[in-house]
Amino acid sequence: MTGPALFLLLAGLGAIAWVSARARALRLQTVARATGRRDAVHSLPGYHGWYVALWTLAPAILFLTVWANIAPGLVTQAVLADPAAQSLPMDDFSRSAILGEARSIATGAQAGAFNPLAQGLVEPYRAAINKYGVAGAVLAIVLAFAGGAYAFTRVRPDFRARTRVERLVMATLLVASLLAIVTTVGIVASLLWESFRFFSMVNPLDFLFGTKWSPQSAAMGYGNEDAFGAVPLFWGTIFIGAIIAMVVAIPLGLMSAIYLTQYAKPVVRKWMKPTLEMLAGVPTVVYGYFAALTIAPALRDFAVMIGIHGASSESALAAGLVMGVMIIPFVSSMADDSIAAVPQSMRDGSLAMGATTSETIRKVLIPAALPGVVGGVLLAVSRAIGETMIVVMAAGLAANLTLNPFASVTTVTTQIVQLLTGDQEFDSAKTLAAFALGLVLFVVTLLLNIVALRVVKKYREAYE
Amino acid sequence: MTEAINPLAIANPKMSARDVKVFYGAKQAIKGVSIDVDMDHVTAFIGPSGCGKSTFLRTLNRMNDTVASARVEGMITLDGEDIYSPSMDVVQLRARVGMVFQKPNPFPKSIYENIAYGPRIHGLAHAKADLDVVVEKSLRRAGLWEEVKDRLHDSGTALSGGQQQRLCIGRAIAVEPEVILMDEPCSALDPIATAKIEELIHELRGRYAIVIVTHNMQQAARVSQRTAFFHLGDLVEYGVTSDIFTNPTQERTKDYITGRYG
Repeated sequence: MTGPALFLLLAGLGAIAWVSARARALRLQTVARATGRRDAVHSLPGYHGWYVALWTLAPAILFLTVWANIAPGLVTQAVLADPAAQSLPMDDFSRSAILGEARSIATGAQAGAFNPLAQGLVEPYRAAINKYGVAGAVLAIVLAFAGGAYAFTRVRPDFRARTRVERLVMATLLVASLLAIVTTVGIVASLLWESFRFFSMVNPLDFLFGTKWSPQSAAMGYGNEDAFGAVPLFWGTIFIGAIIAMVVAIPLGLMSAIYLTQYAKPVVRKWMKPTLEMLAGVPTVVYGYFAALTIAPALRDFAVMIGIHGASSESALAAGLVMGVMIIPFVSSMADDSIAAVPQSMRDGSLAMGATTSETIRKVLIPAALPGVVGGVLLAVSRAIGETMIVVMAAGLAANLTLNPFASVTTVTTQIVQLLTGDQEFDSAKTLAAFALGLVLFVVTLLLNIVALRVVKKYREAYE
Repeated sequence: MTEAINPLAIANPKMSARDVKVFYGAKQAIKGVSIDVDMDHVTAFIGPSGCGKSTFLRTLNRMNDTVASARVEGMITLDGEDIYSPSMDVVQLRARVGMVFQKPNPFPKSIYENIAYGPRIHGLAHAKADLDVVVEKSLRRAGLWEEVKDRLHDSGTALSGGQQQRLCIGRAIAVEPEVILMDEPCSALDPIATAKIEELIHELRGRYAIVIVTHNMQQAARVSQRTAFFHLGDLVEYGVTSDIFTNPTQERTKDYITGRYG
């Protein structure tokens, strides 16, 4: 039996279970209601329907999920037990290649065999797949009937079907939310594990405080000392994300938030705010080539014109400026929220004293909104230092430790991309360095986010 | 409303309104109110919720300007000068006509900075010493000095509700206004704090023209000498407080006073 047909069948069984259980509950409850006792009836008939339908479907589907994972192993075992498999070569590599080929032919994904040995295994494969497929389907259907029948016998007027169904819904929601957490934990664990391997090859102090970054030389066998000093990367990241980008984003974001909340007429605000927020929806790769192809060459020409040495066509300034523009909506919308959260009465109080709008903004609104704005800026910084595409395209690869914004610098994210693109050996320090960099980035952005959210939360409470 | 039912039209009023209409969009909130307010008396505006008394109060220092949809017609003068004329600077107007709000709204700054805010923005005091004098004087007039003199640099928002409201009154006084508008200043306060504010209003009377909007008729009777009764955007009756409460001439006033509606 094919998968889709089986699922249709199960769905049909579920529907029948729902309808019949509901009808049964309705009938029994009508009788029970006639006794006149209010507690004779508990759940609406629909809940009984769901209860039985879930008992019909859930065990069968759970079983099929498990089966789908163990069946291929069983199939392979069955094939290996076949006499035709005795002539297979012993080494794992060609063995699994032949088995794979036979499986492809058996399932119809491939028309003919390159290896004559595979041709002989096709029939056993087909038979085994068929056998276990039918077994799985039959077991699933039996389970569906068993579950449905068990639940159906429990349909009584006072059976608490609603409670059960709602408990299951809650459990499903819980699993959904746990999934995200489990994923995060998994990511952190893999980061920690790979970083640990890296630090067993490279001294953590050399990594965190070393100033020379040349992983390629380490890969070419010049040793791990002095090759993994990440300070130039950290500096490049801070220089671009936390300094240049913020110099652009903070004033512009703040000013646009002030304009939008305090001065703009409602109709202007209505179209300007979404337009500004659209900036946040532009894919970062678009910003990236804008920075690399438009801004960077212009900046280099400008730098050469005013006689700055070391001007490069990939510069910290180009990446930082464009990243700043990208971050503007972020800062602006956080600032907008916190300014709007300052009570109107505060504004009225100041205006009624004869303060002008700008005095009110400078002396009352901004100070009152400051914690929220600071929180927003911290979030923006954490976003900026984790940003990858713009710096990959516009900031360059040279690990320079420089204050010259026209020079090329590199960042943590850029280097991670560099280290992990192309063919990798996962036992070299060069590749593992990417995980250590990722770990540092993760820890820093996590701390920034925690601090920012705390600041913002504390400040929200102050007005509620 | 016409002058006929406005027996207190006086020769030299501090503020006077003539046929003032206020619209919020298409909705008319005030339907032609004429009234005079003088220096020597506390004037109370009473009336049921939504009758327009707060709206009218806010036209007197143009706080309605901050509401985009609001439109004011008619004439309001301060010392004979039209406050809605283009030559009137709204900043100066509000320095002369101060306002205290329903809910205490001190700035999230120190007590000292709350009071010093107005004098600073209007350039009334520059040197620290001058400012200290203004702060002390204003807090004394607001009846708050004794309670806060040792903690002037604590946050204004840390005070109790009643103290916060007196701080707001002190803040308004600090810019030497001529008129003080109070929009239900006690509605968020407990009875003891309310009594203190009422006492303060008595003390401030004569120095400033005071207009107070209140829901509480007993309060109007206690603190004011003139009472105006608003209903559905009309000024129904305006007179000496004791007359309004004991001998109203209008049927609607009588119904409201006796608790028939409101």
